[in-house]
Amino acid sequence: MKQLDTLREIMRPDEVFPFVHSQKGLEPITDRGVILSLEGVNKSFDGFKAINDLNMAIDAGELRCIIGPNGAGKTTMMDIITGKTVPDTGRVRFGQTMNLLGMSEPEIAQAGIGRKFQKPTVFECLTVAENLELAMHGDKSVWATFRATLSGEQQDHLDKVLTTIGLQEGAKGQAGSLSHGQKQWLEIGMLLMQRPHVLLVDEPAAGMTHQEMDKTTELLNALAGDHTVVVVEHDMDFVRSIARRVTVLHQGHVLAEGTMDDVQQDQRVIEVYLGE
Amino acid sequence: MFRILKGDYGGQILIAIVIAACALVPYLNLYVPASSPFHLSTFTVTLLGKYLTYALLALSVDLVWGYLGILSLGHGAFFALGGYAMGMYLMRQIGDRGVYGNPELPDFMVFLNWDALPWFWQGFDMFWFAMLMVLFVPGLLAYVFGYLAFRSRVTGVYLSIITQALTYALLLAFFRNEMGFGGNNGLTDFKDILGFNLQSDATRIGLFIASGIALILGYLSCRAIVASRLGRVAMAVRDSEDRVRFIGYRVDKVKLAIFTFSAVLAGVAGALYVPQVGIINPGEFSPLNSIELVIWVAVGGRGTLYGAALGAIVVNYAKTYLTGALPEVWLFALGSLFVLVTLYLPQGIVGLMRRRQKEIGHETA
Repeated sequence: MKQLDTLREIMRPDEVFPFVHSQKGLEPITDRGVILSLEGVNKSFDGFKAINDLNMAIDAGELRCIIGPNGAGKTTMMDIITGKTVPDTGRVRFGQTMNLLGMSEPEIAQAGIGRKFQKPTVFECLTVAENLELAMHGDKSVWATFRATLSGEQQDHLDKVLTTIGLQEGAKGQAGSLSHGQKQWLEIGMLLMQRPHVLLVDEPAAGMTHQEMDKTTELLNALAGDHTVVVVEHDMDFVRSIARRVTVLHQGHVLAEGTMDDVQQDQRVIEVYLGE
Repeated sequence: MFRILKGDYGGQILIAIVIAACALVPYLNLYVPASSPFHLSTFTVTLLGKYLTYALLALSVDLVWGYLGILSLGHGAFFALGGYAMGMYLMRQIGDRGVYGNPELPDFMVFLNWDALPWFWQGFDMFWFAMLMVLFVPGLLAYVFGYLAFRSRVTGVYLSIITQALTYALLLAFFRNEMGFGGNNGLTDFKDILGFNLQSDATRIGLFIASGIALILGYLSCRAIVASRLGRVAMAVRDSEDRVRFIGYRVDKVKLAIFTFSAVLAGVAGALYVPQVGIINPGEFSPLNSIELVIWVAVGGRGTLYGAALGAIVVNYAKTYLTGALPEVWLFALGSLFVLVTLYLPQGIVGLMRRRQKEIGHETA
């Protein structure tokens, strides 16, 4: 049975073998519009199925929201995409050819998938500008890092990101003294410094005031298009304000997908989530 | 060099003091007559030289603990290995002046009835080779140890315990006579270094100045690392290792590089220490030594580099004084010092001075 599955895998018409495409240092190929795809992904922890036959495709330039009740597998899904967790079965592709399984976390980050965590984790002992500088796209080997200086072009990029996230005022201040909302923006800024293709953003609005939330909405909307943005969020108002397309996860499986209105009318979604 | 020290007032002061000491100490020792109250005895010069090597050792610990967040409780092992490499050179320099008068073998080998020099003693009669080993042996051990530990992402307390086990294992190994490093007694009875008599005042002064220069160069190189982007990555690793991985740095390689460099520094400190104290024995591997040196750094103030050097000198001065005046009190004093610093001075002496400075600033403002 196992051999049959393997054979079936090999015979798939869309199979791209790693030896055909060298994976490192390549841009993802997105001719058909899809930048990130998960197919038949399964992952269980001690018998608990965190991810259960998950299939999802995200288009380049899209702003996608992923919602779901606690334990729906949202964070595990992020972990799988960024290489922190290895799934039991399934495939995860970046672009059409790049196989993310088997790449390490730094390799995936270097390839162009940036992740923002639920809890803002900026480096508090460094200044805002230094935080951005560390995240900057480029050679991150030990020796190159030791010798690194900021070129004019890099400084411009840094200034541009500072303006985008609205922190140009306090650029020389310690990141530890920023407010909660500002830390979230700084973290998004750090993602932008990596020049990523895909931004994975985990609960950006958690613990924010209304003004901060509005600003975050604006920021994420501005980023979509140039970047693909995937947002995991709990706050339904926030989701409504940014989402064009929503995916509902439930028990590690896609329950529904569509516009916010479609999703809200779906009977199953109301049952498991909105109806509570 | 000036760029590295820009804004680092503590470092500037430290280097100025070391340079001044390197100029003043020889003068006070060699040219001021012994009858004058300003005369420095050769004993004191050696003691000061020893403190300088301790300061260098403390720097190496601060680099990994204060900036990288690795609490190494086994840095004494790298210090001792550097010391043994130097000790082996000094043993070979004794030649036929040993008790047994054997020109080929060190005394302890004659005593053990060995008839030839073991392979790992080959080459240590050459100074350059011994110096290479001073750098290479601690560096290699740190590299292999770090490679295994950092790749499997061993961190925190577990890593500290493993480093402690490492130095303890070496302690037991070096105690064995069969290891070929003099067993319990270690290496001693040194005569001269590069042809200079180790007992002479001028050699002692030379070693003191060499220690001072090593401390300055060590400080500058640590500072160069800390002030570079690599240093900021290190601090980021200290605060949030996972996050650093997700922005694309190989955390294990960053740790490995800095840890290995730190071990090499510790080895250099050990190599300068041995000719000044005149002996190296397995006691240097004792876990207590490694813990003590963490206390120096904590007392001085970790994550500042100059604080570590300051702590090493202050605590060791106190040790010299207390073990002379009230020998039974020392260990209690050391223990309570650690408790007090942890509770009331988490930033060490440097933190205290900074706080005072701020208070004075507020009062005048």
